[in-house]
Amino acid sequence: MGKVVIDEEFCKGCMLCINACPQHLLRTAKRVGKTSYHPAELVDPEGNCTGCGLCALVCPDAAIQVYREKKAGVKEK
Amino acid sequence: MTEKRFMAGNEAIAEAAVQAGCRCYFGYPITPQNELGEYMSWRLPQVGGCFLQAESEVSAIYMVFGAAGAGARVMTSSSSPGISLMQEGISYIAAAELPCVIVNMMRAGPGLGGIQPSQSDYFQATKGGGHGDYHLLVLAPHTAQEAVNITMLAFDLADKYRNPVMILGDGNMGQMMEPVEFGPPKKPSVAEKEWIITGAKGRPRNIIKTLFLDPVVLEKRNLAMGAKLREATKNEVRFEPYMTEDADIVIAAYGTVARIAKTAIKILREKGLKVGLLRPISLYPFPYQAFAQTAERVKNILVVEMSLGQMVEDVKLAVCGKSRVHFYCRVGGMVPSYDEIVAEVEKIAKEAK
Amino acid sequence: MVFGRPRTLLPVPTHYCPGCGHGVIHRLVAEVIDELGIREKTVAVAPVGCAVLLYDYFDVDAYEAAHGRGPAIATGCKRVNPELVVFTYQGDGDFAAIGTTEAVHVASRGEKITTIFVNNAIYGMTGGQMAPTTLLGQKTTTTTGGRASETAGFPIRMSEMIATLPGAAYVARVSVSSPKNVVQAKRAVRKAFETQIKGLGYSLVEFLSQCPTNWHMTPVESVRWIEEKMVPYYPLGEFKVPKEG
Repeated sequence: MGKVVIDEEFCKGCMLCINACPQHLLRTAKRVGKTSYHPAELVDPEGNCTGCGLCALVCPDAAIQVYREKKAGVKEK
Repeated sequence: MTEKRFMAGNEAIAEAAVQAGCRCYFGYPITPQNELGEYMSWRLPQVGGCFLQAESEVSAIYMVFGAAGAGARVMTSSSSPGISLMQEGISYIAAAELPCVIVNMMRAGPGLGGIQPSQSDYFQATKGGGHGDYHLLVLAPHTAQEAVNITMLAFDLADKYRNPVMILGDGNMGQMMEPVEFGPPKKPSVAEKEWIITGAKGRPRNIIKTLFLDPVVLEKRNLAMGAKLREATKNEVRFEPYMTEDADIVIAAYGTVARIAKTAIKILREKGLKVGLLRPISLYPFPYQAFAQTAERVKNILVVEMSLGQMVEDVKLAVCGKSRVHFYCRVGGMVPSYDEIVAEVEKIAKEAK
Repeated sequence: MVFGRPRTLLPVPTHYCPGCGHGVIHRLVAEVIDELGIREKTVAVAPVGCAVLLYDYFDVDAYEAAHGRGPAIATGCKRVNPELVVFTYQGDGDFAAIGTTEAVHVASRGEKITTIFVNNAIYGMTGGQMAPTTLLGQKTTTTTGGRASETAGFPIRMSEMIATLPGAAYVARVSVSSPKNVVQAKRAVRKAFETQIKGLGYSLVEFLSQCPTNWHMTPVESVRWIEEKMVPYYPLGEFKVPKEG
């Protein structure tokens, strides 16, 4: 239904998105990103992300793009 | 077309600014230049300009920064203590290479001082005032008509060099009423400036800033400032030699003191003494060469100032020991009279024999 | 895509600390500029403070102001060209200390500009000294025992103060501590800019924002601190709303 993409060029690993996600689908990656921080990443094997966008709202680095399926079942990019 | 108008120096400068295309004035009341702002308050709306009395001189100089950055011909005026408040802003304006005209009608200091005339801000005006490496172009009129001419020139110089220009007067210059004529009015030239803040439409954004944390970059900017000032030093020296061709003693004075000196010279000449006046009009760039050349032949120069001795240092620098430099002053708001100057010159003439 | 980087916010990694509120506030202002379609006539006035480099992040004409003098510069600019949409972006020192004269007078004049005031109860850029907005008992590098009113006075509520001035047309305090607050904050920013565009007077949006580094907290702890400690003293809400003619 929804998906978020976190751009590691901007993510500083502040974890505010992780704190905001109502479904706890975000976590800190073990790897170190381009910013020398551990970026956040979406872990959603069951496809529970609704594309609510709460993570992106609190992101201080405009690092998150939020995608939501259109009603016709096509993922809008 | 030009009729003579009887105006106080403060008002004449204001009108000249409007004629030069100035459409913005921001200032704060302080004696002895209040008439300048008051004149602007009714005159600028007549030409669709903006007059705003700011909450302090500090705010005023930054309103100047904002308006200059937006491309307007803008003026502020104050007197010594208020000019002190503006120093940080002036440094920022110079650093951002913004054009503007600043009028200082000097009063006696230091501190709150007095409201009578003085020339004790010469160092502040010509040697810096604010922090950092920059200079104001400084012009000093000695009559109301010259103040008019200088004001119109000041806006052109400010735009030419993208640098603040100061008109240095004193309470006497501001208050005294004289007949003046205005030349043809100038059209404000905003269009040619591609660096101004107008909204980033159809072009990359313009940023007016002075912070350059990389010393490599900041050094380049400072060196460019130096080069600009050297250009100004080459092209913008202005002075008036008055009866110096055959003079044995030359008086050095500017502004109000210069006009008093001219009266003294008339009296001295009648007494048979060959005295002249070398009157700097541009205090920055200072007419060093004119004084150096004078010192080749004239062995006694009398500097008269309403300060404890500020311009005299530049005269000494210029003559480089080739001539004796004498000094006479009145301070604290006292203005030298012509017979004091006559007496000083006679003293020098007697010692020289 | 239903959410992405606004056009006016340049794709440049910022120098702000991880979790800093500035990033969110920048994005909200940029979103509003995009939605109102005013990028090409917007002018930003950057402060002295962490946000001094704001002009590297917003794709608009900008001035860099001396500390506290943004409202004066904005006034000069707006008076020359009233068509421009001019906003100052200021922190605690800029707005509530050195620039309070300018803050009061720009509002009292009803100058048609907008101020985004970022209140993080501390001086960030210079390493965490007390700000006029620092709470009583709050520890900073210049109040190591916690701010005591006997020596250091009381925190200033700028929004309430500015709202008393007739020239202030829209004054609101918001926070970026939660998604809900971020949404409400954006509404306030939009109202503020609309107030300017309609020529109704001065508009101010005070943001309660987090400074995790100088509060010595994680970003997640810091947004909690805003809600638990700052909001009780600095209530959220609209203090002045324009009466439209």
